[in-house]
Amino acid sequence: MRKPSLRTYRVVALFLLACLLFNYPVLALFNVGATAVGVPVLYVYIFLAWAFTIVAAAVVIEGGN
Amino acid sequence: MLQGWVIVTASFAYIGLLFCVAWFADRRAAAGRSVISNAWVYSLSLAVYATAWTFYGSVGRAATDGVGFLPIYLGPTLVMLLGWFMLRKMVRIARLNRTTSLADFVASRYGKSALVGGLVTVIAVIGILPYISLQLKAVSTSFQLLLGYPEIAMPAKAASLVVMQDTAFYVALFMALFAIAFGTRQLDAAERHEGMVAAIAFESIVKLVAFVAVGVYVAYFMYDGLGDIFEHAVSRPDLEVLMAPLGGAAGSYANWVWLTVLSMAAIVFLPRQFQMAVIENTDERHLRRAAWAFPLYMLAINVFVLPIAFGGLLHFPQGGVDADTFVLTLPMSQKAEGLALLVFIGGLSAATGMVIVETVALSTMICNDLVMPVLLRVRAFRLTEQRDLSSLLLDIRRASIVALLMGGYFYYLLAGEAYALVSIGLISFAAAAQFAPAVIGGLYWRGGTRLGALAGLVAGFSVWTYTLLLPAFAKSGWLAVELLERGPWGIELLRPTQLFGLAGLDQITHAMIWSMIANVGAYVIGSVARRQSAVEHAQATLFVDVYQQTGEPGSAWSGATSAAALQTLVGRFLGPGRAVELFTAYAKQRGVHGVDELEGDRELVRFAELQLAGTIGAASARTMVATVAREEPLGLEEVMTIIDEASQVIAYSHRLEEKQRELEAATQELKAANERLKELDRLKDDFISTVTHELRTPLTSIRAFSEILHDNPDLDPAERRRFLGLVIKESERLTRLINQVLDLAKIESGLAEWRPSELDLREIVLEAVNATSAIFKSRGVGVETRLAASVPAVMADRDRLMQVLLNLLSNAAKFCTPGTGRVEVRLTSGAGTIRVEVEDNGVGISPEDQALIFEKFRQVGDTLTDKPPGTGLGLAICRRIVDHFGGRLWVRSELGRGSVFSFDLPAPAAARRVANA
Repeated sequence: MRKPSLRTYRVVALFLLACLLFNYPVLALFNVGATAVGVPVLYVYIFLAWAFTIVAAAVVIEGGN
Repeated sequence: MLQGWVIVTASFAYIGLLFCVAWFADRRAAAGRSVISNAWVYSLSLAVYATAWTFYGSVGRAATDGVGFLPIYLGPTLVMLLGWFMLRKMVRIARLNRTTSLADFVASRYGKSALVGGLVTVIAVIGILPYISLQLKAVSTSFQLLLGYPEIAMPAKAASLVVMQDTAFYVALFMALFAIAFGTRQLDAAERHEGMVAAIAFESIVKLVAFVAVGVYVAYFMYDGLGDIFEHAVSRPDLEVLMAPLGGAAGSYANWVWLTVLSMAAIVFLPRQFQMAVIENTDERHLRRAAWAFPLYMLAINVFVLPIAFGGLLHFPQGGVDADTFVLTLPMSQKAEGLALLVFIGGLSAATGMVIVETVALSTMICNDLVMPVLLRVRAFRLTEQRDLSSLLLDIRRASIVALLMGGYFYYLLAGEAYALVSIGLISFAAAAQFAPAVIGGLYWRGGTRLGALAGLVAGFSVWTYTLLLPAFAKSGWLAVELLERGPWGIELLRPTQLFGLAGLDQITHAMIWSMIANVGAYVIGSVARRQSAVEHAQATLFVDVYQQTGEPGSAWSGATSAAALQTLVGRFLGPGRAVELFTAYAKQRGVHGVDELEGDRELVRFAELQLAGTIGAASARTMVATVAREEPLGLEEVMTIIDEASQVIAYSHRLEEKQRELEAATQELKAANERLKELDRLKDDFISTVTHELRTPLTSIRAFSEILHDNPDLDPAERRRFLGLVIKESERLTRLINQVLDLAKIESGLAEWRPSELDLREIVLEAVNATSAIFKSRGVGVETRLAASVPAVMADRDRLMQVLLNLLSNAAKFCTPGTGRVEVRLTSGAGTIRVEVEDNGVGISPEDQALIFEKFRQVGDTLTDKPPGTGLGLAICRRIVDHFGGRLWVRSELGRGSVFSFDLPAPAAARRVANA
């Protein structure tokens, strides 16, 4: 059994964070009628959180150790 | 300009382009310069996930429940994060075992069981068929819509058309030809389709470009940016609920979570995704790029879904236009003909991509895991005697593809209108999710067995059929709707959409909860019910511990066959020519000249089995090899014994390792103890030789003077007197030295007598200063005392303490320069301790000497040239005395600046209590 690398822990942590971001109750916080720059905040939030997850994944998984 | 012939020509031109891409990729692959061996291409090929359902259906779903379509794409994002662990393991296993499909993978894991493979194939075909029909429906609907241009009229119901005039039928036919051309051109031992993958990656770009183009057009040309669309939408009361759609009537959080879970399973276990992600993977490292690039693709293709949905709802306020068609109808309504055509091509690419990969994957499964096992087992076909079966294999696959597309078409004809696009897709997702327990369990749990896998698949699939497929049939009018409303035989508890009274969930969530409980439960119970067979155990270990393995997996074949027989066998499935090539290459690798020289040993049998597995699947390959080679007669009991022995040996070696570590630690300790003893021994020797030396010096001088006095009786009286004085002085020194050595020895051996009593340190310090005042005066050194007015009494031996003080004071006097020397004695009391300090402004002690001076016979200065007065034992004794009373003696000093010798003594508990009170 090899010891998991630091990268492994980071990826798992990111996975857990993403699970939290796209779940109740965090979603419920943004599920309000208000708009940000004219767009409903729920939509803005989901796409921003999604983009953040992707960028973080790129940095963690493809970045140097 | 959008006449029928324009659309058809554009479609064919597009498909021709695809052929060119595929042909180019195949040619490059043949030249050894693969275009698909690239992380970007791999990521794009995974985007076959985005089908016509994504292209048209997402907007439809967004129009009814806002963000409800997003979990379908967020789930894969989550899975791809973990892809580096889970998918990589699957890729590694698939490569080692030459896995050809999902069914083959599962069958191989559970003891190369043809039954498991067959069951997976059946579930996959039944589950995916509606999904294929969905693609046909999307293409035919979009074609007819475009054909009606400039009118925007919803196409007629499919059932009212005659088959021969139905576009969807021809679409299905063309797609079948297309899939056959891409997927079954040749048999390959690795079952890879370079051309197909390249074409799919290309299609992924086309559909993304088309969809984003519509999005930009709607958002920035029809409306004034995203904000403008939503501003209009807010003013519509019926659309307000879509601004914050979660938790309300449009979708509960439970549905959201289950949809995410469902799509997490789908991205791995849909046959086409497994084909692309695992089978067609050329390099494990591509998964790193795909982990973020594929989610990025999905983000990009979803950004404009909501703007298009709202744009459509605003643009067609009176309804009548299906939201599933907004992507196409919005450009049509603006007379944007070129864009409409691009959208049609985009939808076509989404649909063809899915259909090609799905049917190729399914046809491989049908051929290898359903048809071949039956054909090979039924003797009447005499298949085992045929010389070349490779064309038969290809024909079976081609026939399967045609059958699948015709099946999809007729499903569409009969049931396709009952649901919106999204519902059909989700039913297929739920079927694919049934593979999750058997595959994930098989990857990480060695105990998962064939029986468990069979039980889990049957249970999960049955619940899926009951809770999703039956209601779908009922809604299509094939079954009485009463079944849904009142349950079978009027038992309400068994209603398919509210099983056991579980209500308030949408249909997919409801079905997922029950099917997963049944599936996982049956898998676990089945696995623990009975022991694994030897083959199962071997395969389980092979899968779970794949990273621990080096090279090719071992084999259970005995080497009782000939190379020629094996080559003939492989030739029957791969073609004789290809077999000769493979065996010649293998012979070269083994270092022999030709196939004739190869021995039919177990490595060769294993090699042949792998080649066959890559073509006809693990289960059939095993059956075929068994016809020419004998399987090792290894009973379950024997394997278990071997394994038990092995685990005992491992446990034993663990214990040995532990023992060894303990021994090493003990050895270390012993070594250290030995070092200490040696050091002590050396110190003792040093001590004795030093003492002897120190004793001899005064003795020698006493003897010398005595001899002078003895030999010269007529010595001058004054001289005689001086010599006698010296003899007395040396004798005194000798006595002092012997006393101190004895003293030290007593203290060290613990034999010294201590007479502790309560003492006032002030009094003792003053007495000691008085006693040494003569020395100070004679050396011209001033002495001062600065004593606290009152200090707590200490428990100590008066004489010993006096000895310490006298020693420190006389040392101070000794090392001060006569005339300018000053000595200060301080007495202070702190928390629980009393401190005495003797400070002088003498020569000082260098830092390296400060630790040494407390050792026996260590005196500062060059002992050869400049012998300081004293015996070198004083401070050693002082330290031991202070230590004995629980205190501590130390020095602070700087060369040329003087030194401070200090010692602390603990104030007794009684005194401390008083001080604290």
